[in-house]
Amino acid sequence: MMDILVAVLTACLILAGAGFALVAAIGLNRLPDIYTRMHAASKAGTVGSGLLLLAVGLHAGDLSIFARAIAGFFFFVLTAPISAHLLAMAAHKVGYRLSSHSTRDELKDYES
Amino acid sequence: MITFILSLVFAVIWVAVTGSATPHNLIFGFALSTLSLWIVRGEMNARGYWRRLGRILSLLILFFRELALSAWKVAVLVTSPRMDLKPGIFAFPLTVDRDFEITLLANLITLTPGTLSVDVSEDRRMLFVHAIDCSDIEATRRDIAQGFERKIMEAFR
Repeated sequence: MMDILVAVLTACLILAGAGFALVAAIGLNRLPDIYTRMHAASKAGTVGSGLLLLAVGLHAGDLSIFARAIAGFFFFVLTAPISAHLLAMAAHKVGYRLSSHSTRDELKDYES
Repeated sequence: MITFILSLVFAVIWVAVTGSATPHNLIFGFALSTLSLWIVRGEMNARGYWRRLGRILSLLILFFRELALSAWKVAVLVTSPRMDLKPGIFAFPLTVDRDFEITLLANLITLTPGTLSVDVSEDRRMLFVHAIDCSDIEATRRDIAQGFERKIMEAFR
């Protein structure tokens, strides 16, 4: 009984994680510029890989592996926003334009 | 007493993380956590430590809820057939002024629905945030100021 419960939970986590990873990939393709793309990559991507890590930890059924999976998730959460932020900042510094849908750019106003 | 219980909890975590559940390792973990707790004893005895710990935990819970919500929003946005985007970069006036608080706030903003921090002004008064939906900037600013920024102030001041 317990085995089936864990298996079902693991399967759900893997499906949800894979779904979010897919959404992140679709977002990278569909969104118009680097800034909006970073939204998809940093959020859906982080949650997707986090759920997958959680599934791995749960499936192993071993506390030490679970603890390491959780640690991996935390490091993901710590690093993903920093890389997204650095990419966006670098893109803005070299003058990569916001897409034509954009309504405002107060950073440009501030710098000029 | 509390120190003893904490040491025990940390020892169990140590065993879990190192991955070898032998008595030797448990004792070693216990010694290690007692030593670590002894190093931070001044901080622990300071008044309000436990209340602050509670607030940090509440910040953490808020953060995970927002993260789940934001991933969901991105998912809905990119899978809808006609994407309705009004992206833009707006300036957010900072109330927090210490470096690690700004870093924390910027990270939290990045992982919340529809916002991504891009840059901090050199005088550290402004945080520039890219939002995927700029139709109501004032509401977004208010959300950040009254949500994460206030929680950070409560947890670390």
